[in-house]
Parts: sequence; structure tokens; C-alpha cells
Amino acid sequence: MSKTQTEIKIREKAEQTLPLEGRHGNNVIITSVDKVLSWARQSSVWPMSFGLACCAIEMMATAAGRFDIDRFGMGVMRASPRQSDLMIVAGTVTMKMALRVKKLYEQMPEPKYVLSMGSCATCGGPYWKHGYHVLKGVDQIVPVDVYVAGCPPRPEALLEGLMMIQEKIKREEMLGKKLAPVMAA
Amino acid sequence: MTTQEIHARLKARFNERIGDLAEGVDPSCTVEAQSIAEVCSWLRDEPGIDLTSLMCLSSVDLKDKLQVVYNLHSIKHNHKLTLKIELSDRENPHVPTVSTVFGTADWHEREAYDMMGIVFDGHHDLRRILCPDDWEGWPLRKDYVVQETYRGLRVPYAEGMNPDRGHWVSKDTPDLRANPPQRQEPDLEGM
Repeated sequence: MSKTQTEIKIREKAEQTLPLEGRHGNNVIITSVDKVLSWARQSSVWPMSFGLACCAIEMMATAAGRFDIDRFGMGVMRASPRQSDLMIVAGTVTMKMALRVKKLYEQMPEPKYVLSMGSCATCGGPYWKHGYHVLKGVDQIVPVDVYVAGCPPRPEALLEGLMMIQEKIKREEMLGKKLAPVMAA
Repeated sequence: MTTQEIHARLKARFNERIGDLAEGVDPSCTVEAQSIAEVCSWLRDEPGIDLTSLMCLSSVDLKDKLQVVYNLHSIKHNHKLTLKIELSDRENPHVPTVSTVFGTADWHEREAYDMMGIVFDGHHDLRRILCPDDWEGWPLRKDYVVQETYRGLRVPYAEGMNPDRGHWVSKDTPDLRANPPQRQEPDLEGM
């Protein structure tokens, strides 16, 4: 019997007799399915590719090489709401656009997240008093998860907001989750 | 050709329908509103004048009347003329379209209609260009009153700070401090 065959014999014998912990070395971790799902989901958040105003320029800079949201698995900007997880409302939401934004949000599959980027999307920004055409806060039509302040926010600020979205996803329990209620109007 | 010479020829052709030339940075003259398309057509085609380009079409609210301003330019001769028409009927302002003379005027007239409510007779597609189609009122008029709601969304700004969100919001937005949302503390175990 060669040396290799002997080693195999010894290992087989050991696997039959050792307890479960010892059989596979340090190659087993124990966790919950929820945590694995959340870990996977937070690392592949696909944002919807649309911008409404100058904030979109900063969003593009965030997506480009210098700041690179691909590091967070967010670089896959989707051109369709059907494939998106995250809606970055980047810019001024006019009354005309508000209806479209709401429709886009409703077309996204659950689970979905909304990031309100910049003052305009958050509260109307510089149009908050005299802008007859601007919606004073996108949270009047869609539920917002994270607000990012700034006019426009720098890419670092948007990255911070995106990481907060990731943190939120990480803490979610997907199994047995109920769907978000449909908002009125 | 100087603007004065263009004006003199225009006056000779259309007589009393053309007003006096007002000097300024852009010398301008008033035109009878109903003749504007005819005047523009003549200025475009008349040899030696050739004002073939409509640089801009603007509308102005002068409170007692509305005004439409046409900035014409000749690429061939590099001279300019500004025409102005005045509409005293604020409720029902009508003026012939010049989009049949200058294609450029198509969207300019739509904007003037959208913002100021001036109806351009003969325009092939006169509808709002910036505001939603079912918007109420003419936003750039001096006496414009903003509508309260648009499809259930509150339009004008309303006083009221929402302390929970930390910024100014519409008074119709739910007060989160009075009715705090049920927050679920995340399970941090094992993270």
C-alpha cells in the first residue's frame, strides 16, 4: 500500500469517527438565511439610470472612475425600472416630472429603495417658495429611505448616502417581509 | 442697410399699420397685431431687406396689456429689426402665427402661449410646452395666482416647519412628530 493510499484511509477513518466540527476544517460558517440574503443584496444594488438636474452630474461623477460606485456593486445603472432596486432622485422634481417619478417608482419590483439627492428633491431647494412648478419634497409622492443634503451634494456625500442604503439593506429581514403599502395620490 | 432705412421702406409699404421707430439698443417699431404675419413675410422676402431669421420671440406682460416682441435678423446683410405688437385684451389675446413664415417660431409661440396665454391663430400645434397639459393659469403673467393643488399634490409653499424632517415642508404633509412612525430596532446580533 503506497503512502498516499494510507493517508486516504486514515482520513476516511477520521471522518467517520470525528464530530461534525472537525470534519471539514475551518471551512464552515453558520448563519441565518436572512443574513446571507441581505449580504448578497446589499452588494448588488442596481440603481435606476435617470437624473433630473445638476445633481445628476454629481451622480455621474460618483459612478465614474474617480469615485466608482462599482466598488459597492452599484455600478450597474439600469435603463429600466423593472430591473432596478434603487431610485436615486437626483435633481429638481417639477410637478410635471412628479407624476413620472411616481410611475417609475411603481414600476420597480420590490424590494425597492429611494434616495433623495440634494435640496431640490428633499424639500424643493431654491424653488421652495417662489417655484410654482416644483414639488416641495419628493417624499410627498414616494417613500424616501435616505436624504442626502447639498446643492448639489459632492460625490462623497452621495457615497455616504449609498452606504446608508447598504446598511439598511443589511439589517433587513427578507423572509416573511410584507410588501410596502401603496401610497395615496 | 440701417434700421432707419428698413423702417422707412416698411412704413412706405404698410403705411399706418407700422408705428414710429423707437431708438434704443435694439431700435424697434410697433406693428398692428393682425398684420404681423403679413409684415414678417414681406420683410423676409423683400430683396435688399432679407430678414430671414427670427432670432427670438418673446412675450411681455405690461400689466394693462400684453406685448409680443419679434427680433429679426438678416444673415445676408447683417442688419436687424425688432417688431413689437401690443394686445390690449388680456382675457382673450389673439395674434396671427408667424410659424408659417419662420419655422423657428413654432416652439417660441408655444412657450409664449404656455407662459403668457397668448393664442397664436393658425399655429398647427398650439399646446403647452413646459407646464403639464392640464395646468391652470398663465404662470408668467403679473396677476398669476398659483393653483392650490395639482392632481392631489400641493403646489404653493405653505408655512410650517416639520421638526422631525428638519426642513420646511408643506402643511399638508403628515406631522411625523405628532404621529411618530413605528420604528423597528434592527437586530444587531451576529453582525
